[in-house]
Amino acid sequence: MAVERLSEIRGTALPVRGDDIDTDRIIPARFLKAVSFDGLEAHLFEDDRREADGRGGVPHPASNPAYAGAAIMLVQSNFGCGSSREHAPQAIRRRGIRAVLGQSFSEIFFGNSVALGMPCPTASRDTLAALIETVEADPATEVTIDLRSMRVNAAGQAYEISLPPAAREAFLDGSWDATGLLLEHFDDVRAVAKRLPYVTQAW
Amino acid sequence: MGTTLLRKVWDAHTVRRLANGQTQLFIGLHLIHEVTSPQAFDMLRARGATVAFPERTVATVDHIVPTRDQRRPFIDVMAEEMLSSLERNCREHRIRMLDLSSGLQGIVHVIGPELALTQPAMTIACGDSHTSTHGAFGAIAFGIGTSQVRDVLASQCLAMDPLKVRRITVTGRLQPGVYAKDVILEIIRRLGVKGGVGYAYEYGGDAIERMSMDERMTICNMSIEGGARVGYVNPDETTFTYLRGRPFAPVGDDFDRACRWWSSMASDPGAAYDDEVTLEAASIQPTVTWGINPGQSIAVGERIPAAGDQEALEFMGFRPGEPLKGTKIDVAFVGSCTNGRLSDLREAARIVSGHHVAAHVKALVVPGSQSVRAAAEREGLDRVFTDAGFEWRGAGCSMCLAMNPDRLEGREVCASSSNRNFKGRQGSPTGRTLLMSPAMVAAAAIAGEVVDVREFAAAEATLGR
Ligand code: SF4
Repeated sequence: MAVERLSEIRGTALPVRGDDIDTDRIIPARFLKAVSFDGLEAHLFEDDRREADGRGGVPHPASNPAYAGAAIMLVQSNFGCGSSREHAPQAIRRRGIRAVLGQSFSEIFFGNSVALGMPCPTASRDTLAALIETVEADPATEVTIDLRSMRVNAAGQAYEISLPPAAREAFLDGSWDATGLLLEHFDDVRAVAKRLPYVTQAW
Repeated sequence: MGTTLLRKVWDAHTVRRLANGQTQLFIGLHLIHEVTSPQAFDMLRARGATVAFPERTVATVDHIVPTRDQRRPFIDVMAEEMLSSLERNCREHRIRMLDLSSGLQGIVHVIGPELALTQPAMTIACGDSHTSTHGAFGAIAFGIGTSQVRDVLASQCLAMDPLKVRRITVTGRLQPGVYAKDVILEIIRRLGVKGGVGYAYEYGGDAIERMSMDERMTICNMSIEGGARVGYVNPDETTFTYLRGRPFAPVGDDFDRACRWWSSMASDPGAAYDDEVTLEAASIQPTVTWGINPGQSIAVGERIPAAGDQEALEFMGFRPGEPLKGTKIDVAFVGSCTNGRLSDLREAARIVSGHHVAAHVKALVVPGSQSVRAAAEREGLDRVFTDAGFEWRGAGCSMCLAMNPDRLEGREVCASSSNRNFKGRQGSPTGRTLLMSPAMVAAAAIAGEVVDVREFAAAEATLGR
């Protein structure tokens, strides 16, 4: 497993407006029919994109070439709710996004993203509104997320961000190899199994 | 001060506290299916790891199975590949697989309980967010992502953040025509779709205590739609009576000893909760969603809210102030892990019996498992449905999500007993879902539009609880 330290993510940003964007919208279920995650990025927000692009007005940000090389995604509240599918953060990560900054995330989406090494820090509603406006006005704006100082910087402005300490430390010391961690004290795992009546059948 | 079931189960399964503040938790039962496991097995292989406790994982196939023609190989090559890959992985790692030929296959959250794989005071994980269903038995059960499926395969453990507990007490009696589905839709409507983030929901009160296991499962199933990853009901006599004699339940004296252990794990009277909410059962109405998340619901007799979310109104094609009753439907779907159990089919059958599906409606009933299907057929429910013009299908997730041939077309409106009304959920990017109880779906199928099941003429005589 990649055990790379991650303290700073810098690049342009992809702003996706809207609260409660669920995983069915991030990656519609019909694209989960595969035994690998390869190529998922092509279908990121597919239905939302088709709907927005079809209207002929402003295209969906994920279809807009101005945001093509983005490293950071900016979202609003309760992002990633709904299905537990890891395909959602996988599709985002495979598109080149290395961090998602939002007002709030569903727990499962957040956990899945940490497992992929893609931090999802949060910031206030006002901060997100300001950042999204800045980036929409100038898609070339460079955004920097700093997990040491817990700040996001854009266009000369700094804003506070937060991340639960467990996740933050995992990124800072590159210790998000959950499997490795869980296997470290395997005797203790066996000991717990031995005291559970439904495992031993010694009711 | 008393302790909650969550805390007791958590402590019993704690391996150690991790440096980052998380808990390493032993997982008692791991359920896997074809959608979220293949990549996990690949990750496991990539690190050269093996399955630590193969006997604690059970597999089935549900999301991608066609419900009409289940002969192998499936016509859909991707679906066939997903199932074969699961079969290969189970063979290679000696994991029990309940496949289509077992007679026990079905939606993972339907078969776990009916086989008594699910038991009180267990920790249960599955790569599917509706794993909260199993909490109906007093298990701590939650959905996980694919990387975590890998972790459970490799170590039988997960690294978990602590959860707070919100006690949701439902008191009094439900009105006739009001079901567990309405109770959970009302809870989500009140507390919001993210109200439960960071919480386990403990459901109690006399209304919950009177409920059957099927009803409790419906409630716990949709906890996740209210943002709570875990929902549970304390185990009691109803739980034990349900479990006794089922294939994986302890037998003989062991069963009685198990009941004592299970009872001891229930929340103590006077346990301290992080939050408490009380609902009056009698105030709950048959509830229907009008929007694009499960919190956007109203009582069937109410009008579309004036302050309704603009995006939802536009997508659904509703105008504020419009009545919901009378909305034409194109499709009626009875099924899913929320409402695809025998008692759900019985309720729906009571409504449709002696009637016929409206001419413009396509209606289908999809049992949650092969066992549910067989039991329903023994009671003749299949005939009731087919005589009324419903299609009677094989077990699976079917039209709950679009990973099999059952799906909406274009802007069709579907009266659905499932759990999610997200945009695109039922297969068509513009398809529209109205969530409601199976009885309400049945009544809508007959009437061809959204109706109040209590006013549905023929139903009246047979309703009552
Ligand atoms: S029935 Fe629906 S919600 Fe339940 S497991 Fe299947 S797809 Fe998921």
